[in-house]
Amino acid sequence: MRYLSLSSRNAKEIIRDPLSAVLGIALPILMLLLFTTLDKNSAIEVFKIESLTPGIIVFGFSFLMMFSAILLAKDKKSAFLTRLFASPLTATDYIIGYSLPFLPIAFLQAMACFIAALILGLAINVHILMSFVVLLPAAVFIIGLGMLLGSLLNENQVAAFGSVLIVVTSLFSGAWMDLNMVGGIFKTIGYILPFAHTVDAVRAVLTGDYAAIFPHLYWIIGYMVVTFSMAVFAFKHVMKK
Amino acid sequence: MEVCNTAAPCAIETKGLTKLYKKRTAVNSLNLSIKQGELFSLLGQNGAGKTTTIKMLCCLLSPTSGDAKIMGRSILENAAEIKQIINVSPQETAIAPNLTAKENLELVAEIYGSTRDKAKEKANEMLSLFKISDRSNDKAKTFSGGLQRRLSIAMALITDPEILFLDEPTLGLDPQARHELWNQIKQLKGRKTIVLTTHYLEEADELADRIGILKNGDLVACGTSSELKENLSRGKTVIIKCAGINGINSDAIDELRLDYPNINVIDCNIEVSSATINYYGIIDCLHRHNIEAENITTKESSLEDVYLTLNKDKEAK
Ligand SMILES: Nc1ncnc2c1ncn2[C@@H]1O[C@H](COP(=O)(O)OP(=O)(O)OP(=O)(O)O)[C@@H](O)[C@H]1O
Ligand SMILES: [Mg+2]
Repeated sequence: MRYLSLSSRNAKEIIRDPLSAVLGIALPILMLLLFTTLDKNSAIEVFKIESLTPGIIVFGFSFLMMFSAILLAKDKKSAFLTRLFASPLTATDYIIGYSLPFLPIAFLQAMACFIAALILGLAINVHILMSFVVLLPAAVFIIGLGMLLGSLLNENQVAAFGSVLIVVTSLFSGAWMDLNMVGGIFKTIGYILPFAHTVDAVRAVLTGDYAAIFPHLYWIIGYMVVTFSMAVFAFKHVMKK
Repeated sequence: MEVCNTAAPCAIETKGLTKLYKKRTAVNSLNLSIKQGELFSLLGQNGAGKTTTIKMLCCLLSPTSGDAKIMGRSILENAAEIKQIINVSPQETAIAPNLTAKENLELVAEIYGSTRDKAKEKANEMLSLFKISDRSNDKAKTFSGGLQRRLSIAMALITDPEILFLDEPTLGLDPQARHELWNQIKQLKGRKTIVLTTHYLEEADELADRIGILKNGDLVACGTSSELKENLSRGKTVIIKCAGINGINSDAIDELRLDYPNINVIDCNIEVSSATINYYGIIDCLHRHNIEAENITTKESSLEDVYLTLNKDKEAK
């Protein structure tokens, strides 16, 4: 159970940074508010609350990736990780310790978005709960991606690369525009990356069209498995250095 | 090459322990035995290989070649078992910045297997031992450098390790905190095996049972403080103040030079250094040449002399 002690430390390290709460929860909710207000005047499909909420959640998740990567990159630089590496913790303890605490945070983020969306007019039903079937592997993927970047890059590189990734996520997730309407290379790239698949799958769940979550869910699970395995590999490399 | 051996049961035993970084040799074929309960101090200039040695012994760094046994277990094969019985205070302060002092201590206790309650109890003990109880609920990042240092050392001690590695523990501590840490270390002496690196020679002199001096990755000297002083320095230095010396060429000096080739005259002071000094002979010789000794002072060689001599010798090569 040693990984629980490490998890709890990592959770505290994130939660006690006020920037996390602002970027991870307040910003997505603000975006939700902003775009629903826009929707009042226009009739753009993606800005309807059922379409917008999944996009905003994925947008919020990309900050989670940043938090996870920065935490690890920071620890790597400090002697604190040296101290941990000299302790009896095993590779498994670290992997769990650096990923587990982000799951409840992801859940909190998604819940905060849903609650805001409910207030803004999203219909309350069981579909919201079902969406976590899609959101869970998506969260594990994003946490793994953070751990991968945190293992490979230093703090400055994470800040730079992470920002690019946040932009990529929001552009290619189809949160702000309908990729099918834009088409072309934009659409192709969008559907090679997992973000649009996540948004589409959650949109499908929310409308009750459970069959439509495939093949999106396969993409998400595929990305999750590959990214997480790479993260484990990269982390073990950090341990050896 | 120096080999450091003891007869007593070994806590640490290295055999040809070597670490290369690319082509640079950080530690060169180290053969060292440290017995249980011994406090062994590693000295050496910046870049001599002290930290690298400690990192290998803590299973943080795999050696390029060679092996080390910690309580009979190989660092190559039994790292997991070794990690359970050691702890380290790294050269750089190692604390979690956003945790309070208390949480930092509890975290370390817990990851070494203490229950919540036990960890709390031990943390409180450490907080008062290191005189940081009044700051126990402050985040570690708000501590001054020296306070962070104390916390970092407390985090190494909280698990009550059989073998404790302290890499420059007193770096950045105020004189009082340093002496308090010395006292804490002295209380552990005999019960725990301790490997301590330092740049303060008086610290090694004060605390260490044995001292090893590293130079460019080689162990160039090893022994107790008095052994090192005896074997590696020119012994005692005697300064005799006398009136009426006509420089270095006087007959008296010529006669004394036969016994003390490195005799030196500075103003009206005659300086001789040697492992054994015949005071009576010197006074007698001066007397025969009508020189009166006014005052005699003796200077024991210090560890600093040994250290400087060793590093100078090597540089000259
Ligand atoms: N990660 C590394 N990569 C390359 N070379 C390294 C690395 N770590 C240490 N070295 C080199 O190994 C040698 C020994 O370094 P080490 O840190 O063990 O010295 P030290 O005796 O602890 O010095 P100090 O008193 O400055 O702490 C140095 O020449 C150093 O440059
Ligand atoms: Mg060092």
